[in-house]
Amino acid sequence: MSLGPHLLLAFLEGSVSAFVLALTALGLSLVFGVMRVVNVAHGEFFMLGAVLASAFAGLTGDHTTFGFLLAIIGSPLIVGAIAVAADRLVLRRLDYQPEATIVATIGLLYIIQQATLMTYGPDAHSVAPLINFHLRFPWFGYSGYKLVVMAVAALLLLATWYGITRTKFGLIMRATQFDRETATAFGVPVDRVYAAVFALGAMLAAVAGVLIVPIRQAHYLMGLDPLLQSFIVVIIGGLGSLRGTLIAAFIIGISDGMISVFFAPTLGKILATLLVALVLVWRPGGLFGAKA
Amino acid sequence: MTAPGSAGSASGAKVMALHLGVIAILFVAQFLLPAYHLSAFTRIMVLAVYALGYNILFGYTGLLSLGHAMFFAAGLYGVGLGARFLGLNPLSAFLFGSLAGGIFACVIGLVVLRTSGVAFMIVTLMFAQAGYLTILLFNDVTRGDEGFVLETTERQVTIAGGLLDFAAPHAAYNVALALFTGAMAFCLFLVRSPIGRVFIAIRENEERTRMLGYNAYRYKLAALTVSGILSAMAGAAYALLFGYIGASFASIQYSIFALLWVLLGGTGTILGPLVGTALMFYLVDASSEVTSSYLIVVGAILILLVLFFPKGLLGSLRRKKLRWLP
Repeated sequence: MSLGPHLLLAFLEGSVSAFVLALTALGLSLVFGVMRVVNVAHGEFFMLGAVLASAFAGLTGDHTTFGFLLAIIGSPLIVGAIAVAADRLVLRRLDYQPEATIVATIGLLYIIQQATLMTYGPDAHSVAPLINFHLRFPWFGYSGYKLVVMAVAALLLLATWYGITRTKFGLIMRATQFDRETATAFGVPVDRVYAAVFALGAMLAAVAGVLIVPIRQAHYLMGLDPLLQSFIVVIIGGLGSLRGTLIAAFIIGISDGMISVFFAPTLGKILATLLVALVLVWRPGGLFGAKA
Repeated sequence: MTAPGSAGSASGAKVMALHLGVIAILFVAQFLLPAYHLSAFTRIMVLAVYALGYNILFGYTGLLSLGHAMFFAAGLYGVGLGARFLGLNPLSAFLFGSLAGGIFACVIGLVVLRTSGVAFMIVTLMFAQAGYLTILLFNDVTRGDEGFVLETTERQVTIAGGLLDFAAPHAAYNVALALFTGAMAFCLFLVRSPIGRVFIAIRENEERTRMLGYNAYRYKLAALTVSGILSAMAGAAYALLFGYIGASFASIQYSIFALLWVLLGGTGTILGPLVGTALMFYLVDASSEVTSSYLIVVGAILILLVLFFPKGLLGSLRRKKLRWLP
């Protein structure tokens, strides 16, 4: 294969990871933006989405389409419920202090991960994709399911964007983010907004997990990579800036795809990690976000 | 929060008696403990030195790092690679590893200390992750995840005509005890010294400390460097005493363990790290016999601690009864 098709393949692969990453990172960014909580357990919500999708696929057997629909609606709902419970039982009692909540979400990470190990087991499971259609390029075949992933993710991103900027709930959410106390004074039920935002963030990660599971396998340790990547995206995009998060997700996703096709993936990860650390040190507002 | 050592010499004597007593008990214990617990306690004391180092930064200076595994690993690999590729004997390898950790901590500190709060936590996490990935990247040298084992000859040294074999259980126990005693005495001395008081002042109110004319950045850098050296010493000793060097010691999990041990034992207490490390060691040990998902205990304890005992065991004890506890 010559360079051109190679680049095209790298670009396509990168776009798929970019869309999935954008969903995951958007969840993390929302939670940080509104609640000022760094959710270290975010990757575990992603993992739960994937694992639940594989469990649903196991239940429905050969009815792949039905299984997929069940998973993409059911998994986020279950994960959202878990997130609400975590918010009520733990985060709210800590009054959302930044450092205490980080420690608590580290604890949550271990609990979710190890509980999954107990029930789901240590093996990786694969799920049949929704469609088995292959796109034929002159140089290589490309899985049509990956295009479905991009389409669904784009749709969900648009829906979330619409929800935040154009609906009443979005307005209340932004008001809470802007000034918690004034929002309370104006009768905004801040507690409930927080629970809803935490659930929404978790659900976005879970959907991303559902979408990715036919491409990668479901495994109880799969949460760490999306967590670190989301951190990278959220920080480069600017903590709490949704537009920055989206831009950064595409830059990181596509460049990561490109680098992994041409170089060692570990090197790409090291560079991205160091870049983030340096961005946080010298541009704490992120590269694209508003100045903090 | 009570600043330690606010009482006079009477409590000074109590403090001395308590810590000497703990060391004496640990010394006598080696004649009583069965082989399994002897080796367990050797490990606990080495890891407690790591926790002591972590506590200087987190407990006394108030900086929560999520990347201390990189300093532990610097000591570990300093010994491992130093012995393997530079042909260092164990003692110089130990010094090399500890020094490597100190330099590493100081250089990284220059960068990460420009941030604070949540950003500091994430930046340290990111640097540690970059360090972990670097170990994996240079797989040919470090043997990556699989790790490598030190040869018996690389773990022996002749001192004053006698052969010290770090692989022998009793020798290892006493080396660990000596290291722990030294580290504990140093920490006790440090936190009661004027420098230590400034660390605590930064924890309590950094802005105010700066207003009083202290260069908070420089003190934080000092705290991080000391903390890094102690963590690296623990890593170096771990490599010598147990002979295994692997990338898992550089993973996020090992950074979190240090946080957990200190939180459990009591942040900002001298004996807390030992108590926390020992408790966690036996808890994980006991639960791993029951289930393979024993790390769930780690999660549950972290959450219970932040919810109900944010000061840890000794921290709560100090607040309720023993106000003189350092």
